[in-house]
Amino acid sequence: MTRKVVITGLGATTPIGGDVPTMWQNALKGVSGARTLEDEWVAKYELPVHFAARCTTPALEVLSRVEAKRMDPSTQFGVIAAREAWADSGITEIDPDRLAVAFATGIGGVWTLLDAWDTLKEKGPRRVLPMTVPMLMPNGVAAAVSLDLGARAGAHTPVSACASGTEAMHLGLDLIRSGKADVVMCGGAEAAIHPMPLAAFSSMQALSRRNDDPERASRPYDLDRDGFVMGEGAGALVLEAEEHALARGARIYGELAGTSVTADAYHITAPDPQGLGATRALKAAMFDGRIQAEDVVHVNAHATSTPVGDKPEYTALKAALGNHVENVAVSATKSQMGHLLGASGAVEAVLTVLAVHERKAPVTINLENQDPEIPLDVVTSARALPAGDIVALSNSFGFGGHNAVVAIRSV
Amino acid sequence: MASNEEILAGLAEIVNEETGLAPEAVELDKSFTEDLDIDSISMMTIVVNAEEKFGVRIPDEEVKNLKTVGDAVDFISSAQA
Repeated sequence: MTRKVVITGLGATTPIGGDVPTMWQNALKGVSGARTLEDEWVAKYELPVHFAARCTTPALEVLSRVEAKRMDPSTQFGVIAAREAWADSGITEIDPDRLAVAFATGIGGVWTLLDAWDTLKEKGPRRVLPMTVPMLMPNGVAAAVSLDLGARAGAHTPVSACASGTEAMHLGLDLIRSGKADVVMCGGAEAAIHPMPLAAFSSMQALSRRNDDPERASRPYDLDRDGFVMGEGAGALVLEAEEHALARGARIYGELAGTSVTADAYHITAPDPQGLGATRALKAAMFDGRIQAEDVVHVNAHATSTPVGDKPEYTALKAALGNHVENVAVSATKSQMGHLLGASGAVEAVLTVLAVHERKAPVTINLENQDPEIPLDVVTSARALPAGDIVALSNSFGFGGHNAVVAIRSV
Repeated sequence: MASNEEILAGLAEIVNEETGLAPEAVELDKSFTEDLDIDSISMMTIVVNAEEKFGVRIPDEEVKNLKTVGDAVDFISSAQA
């Protein structure tokens, strides 16, 4: 019999709230975390994009100065979210050999890498600090979380661009089902609001240029969408074998019923216009969780607000859910917090778990003229989800043709 | 030229910045590893910061000889001379 896996702890630090309760309240209200960047480097490098969605709570307000010094900003966010999720789970005692970490990032320590390069050029090799390597490595966040919790059943970092956070959940589920761990700290972290990634994403025409109106720039499904808004932050979820959670009388938010990962093998960045890889991922996650289309009441969509990305996801949802897609409440929460890249799947999984647990779907903002080619039932003001047994899905897709889906079932 | 007292105070500041240890805990007879619990990565960071602060060069092969805070103060003092 397959081991059942439940979610018992949640953590997040995001552009719409520095902890889960604040983020959730804002997600139901509908706020924008996007702001004009005041940094001198925006003008210095003549960046075409002048805004982004920064975390509301700077990491140094939570971590000590000495702790923070040894972590890239992405790892700082990851550790903050993981600590909140761990405290929320109420776990006080655990065999460290049965506790694993699956903590993703899309890019890793980009600030550390580029700062060290600047230091090398300006001051020479002697000034490149010895912590540079452990801070820039993409597994730095999983390693730091593992050190922090004393988790010894493995520390993993799935990297699949913007699908990374969701792929971490997929891995976490496997680790528990296969008996390699009883508890997994899953999550994703990203901190890439740096001039180089902004220039690079901009040069591929991925970012919105709505410089005069940042709060209305991220507008998934809207006819006037023109790209995503760069966000940052982290999300964390404590996955736990059901019997382990029941034995300690834990509060259970929901079941991680099924997950999946597929690859398009179509194009390095463009989504398959027919959404075939995404369709297979949706169907595989539903099969994995023994989920019928009619069980699904809510989807937290990937929906980044790019002209080419939003439509194939609709095509895939329609293919996987059939006509039932019309009855599903779809939330595009990147409209509020921007795109957290490798952290987005983890943060959106936190929102999806809360949607199932609280029976409320969060808000999609900035939808003024819905694209007629995407006739989804988009949630534009917080909406109650039905009573009874329900399932919600969260999709993530990443450059490279990565598709990942998680399915959360009510308990 | 900094006096030994000034070098000690400067080192204490660097150690505090790197490890969070109170500057007054950084005393001449304290061992970096045994007493102050400073690992090799932090030690190298402290060395590089001390080089910049005092305008000296502390060769890598010399670092292992700097067992106590006093050793480091003496080395920096003679390197400045």
